[in-house]
Amino acid sequence: MGYPHKSHPKETPILSKYFGEPQARTLDGWKERGGYRALQQSLGMTPADIVNVLKESGLRGRGGAGFPTGMKWSFMKPGDGKAHYLCVNADESEPGTFKDREIMRWTPHALIEGTAIGAYAIGAEVAYIYIRGEFTEPLRVMEAAVKEAYAAGILGKNAMGSGHRIDIHVHRGAGAYICGEETALMNSLEGRRGNPRIKPPFPAVAGLFGQPTTINNVETLAAVPHVLNNGAAWYKAMSLSNPKSTGSKLFSVCGNVTRPGNYEVTLGFPFKDFLYDLCGGPLPGRKFKAVIPGGSSVPIQTMEEAESTLMDYEGFVAKGSMLGSGGVIIFDDSQCMVRHIARLARFYAHESCAQCTQCREGTAWTTKILERIEAGGGTMQDFDTLLEIADNMTGKTICVLSDSCAAPVVSGIQKFKHEFEAHITGKRCPFRATAAA
Amino acid sequence: MSAQKEGATQADAMSHSSRGSVGEIPYQPVFVGALKEELEALLGRYPTKMAALLPALWIIQRERGWVSEEAMVEVGQQLELTPAYVKGVVTFYTMYHQHPVGKYFIQVCTTSPCLACGADKVVEAMLAQTGCGDLGATSPDGRFTVIEVECLGACGFATPIMVNDDFIESVTPEKVPQILTQFK
Ligand SMILES: Cc1cc2nc3c(=O)[nH]c(=O)nc-3n(C[C@H](O)[C@H](O)[C@H](O)COP(=O)(O)O)c2cc1C
Ligand code: SF4
Ligand code: FES
Repeated sequence: MGYPHKSHPKETPILSKYFGEPQARTLDGWKERGGYRALQQSLGMTPADIVNVLKESGLRGRGGAGFPTGMKWSFMKPGDGKAHYLCVNADESEPGTFKDREIMRWTPHALIEGTAIGAYAIGAEVAYIYIRGEFTEPLRVMEAAVKEAYAAGILGKNAMGSGHRIDIHVHRGAGAYICGEETALMNSLEGRRGNPRIKPPFPAVAGLFGQPTTINNVETLAAVPHVLNNGAAWYKAMSLSNPKSTGSKLFSVCGNVTRPGNYEVTLGFPFKDFLYDLCGGPLPGRKFKAVIPGGSSVPIQTMEEAESTLMDYEGFVAKGSMLGSGGVIIFDDSQCMVRHIARLARFYAHESCAQCTQCREGTAWTTKILERIEAGGGTMQDFDTLLEIADNMTGKTICVLSDSCAAPVVSGIQKFKHEFEAHITGKRCPFRATAAA
Repeated sequence: MSAQKEGATQADAMSHSSRGSVGEIPYQPVFVGALKEELEALLGRYPTKMAALLPALWIIQRERGWVSEEAMVEVGQQLELTPAYVKGVVTFYTMYHQHPVGKYFIQVCTTSPCLACGADKVVEAMLAQTGCGDLGATSPDGRFTVIEVECLGACGFATPIMVNDDFIESVTPEKVPQILTQFK
């Protein structure tokens, strides 16, 4: 379903099938829709068998990096005598992304079920769902659903009568984009400042509370019950282009577009059909100009690139960007790219945790220079300065927030240089000038 | 803030309460009675006391509207953390208020996707019609504080705003007067 719109016939509504149906939120409603069968079945399997099903399905992480989920789980060694943890990443703060919010609002039990299966599969008795502090409604819904699941014996020391303990706790963040980075999330959960940690050690070795930990995105875990219910082969067969990209994926669509919202398609779906058919194309009298297809941290695409993209992990890379979190941001011909890139740089400057010099200084200087260009005070030397700063910010820091700030800057200068030049030579923003005229 | 390094002592907290920033009114501890029980229940969820810090700070903000230095001392005592440590954590996160704010704390998303849909105009309308004038300032009647906020994770419903704990979506400058009438 293209919530808040009716499902489009070309969508593959699996995760989003019940978006907009309040009954699906309750435990009874969820059970009527096939809920908790996959957990019941999983608790009768060995953890290794579950991991194998996930591996075969080809499911990859939906949080941004696309790491194969089964492989991630296989790094954990149940029975090693240590406490294991599963962290659910519900920090969803990447500009352009608002899909995990809908999963939690409408189908909280899908997330609980996937989380419980994941916890059992990696040998964890405790899982924490870390929800960004601003998501008050998803928080309330998730807390109510967890309570229901405990009351029904689905969670607790004898989960579904299996003899295994599975505890799930909802934990509220307090406003910090960086806490979506996996090691920052763990620090935050431990009651610390949300600074990312240097890796190694990786979370599977020493993560939350120093113990072996797996962290997964909400959408990744919500897909898990479907994989177990229908089998790895079913999931794997959902692939329209590259066999390394399987299953359905939620894309959040925002910006200058007729029908913003969430859409679920099979990976490999043609981006052109997606933009013009599912999302309804540009607003009346406008033309699309640029797309950031995977949340603000991925490179900007020109329309030429976007319209020839197949929507999967490899397809976006082949056309100059990345699938990222699936947050599709669309700009039309009324928008000034310099202004938007400057605003995104400001976002990263605000959200930098400031541990690394390149990131702390780089995000701040990038913002200052871009805002100066936007205000009409740019020079042709600024290109070199911006690109040099971007180079120093890429691949050299504790986490990739720094790289994320560089991505729109580098791709913006590469693909929309004429807009920067028009600001510099005209000594003002050409878009504001038009608006005033 | 106390210069004491080790975990806050009872005496430490007392000395704070006597020079509380809220005039002469002595600091009233938050974690007594039912709220103490709420904190105890939270502690059961984590293997360390420190992990209950963010939830404990949320309880304080819910009860008091903001997190004062005295409250930081108190929560430190409860969780065996120094006041300086607690302050370090509080200042990292944007949602804990370190000062009292207007009765209605309004946050308007102005990150790029919402900006493309006119979020800057929503901010202008909010500042003008609440009487706040400037970002971060509280309106003369003490009712409103308006700030800009980074992406609220509701970009498809531009422009989302948060009023205290609740989202209002698809706000346009035209809808601002109607929205504000709800908040007396
Ligand atoms: C700065 C930064 C912010 C991130 N924010 C999020 C987020 O909000 N949600 C999320 O799921 N992953 C986020 N990630 C990715 C996580 O670090 C991690 O890769 C992901 O949660 C793993 O889950 P997955 O394998 O299921 O995708 C972020 C990464 C970085 C570097
Ligand atoms: S890259 Fe930036 S956000 Fe990441 S750890 Fe370094 S300073 Fe912090
Ligand atoms: S950019 Fe405004 S909610 Fe995401």
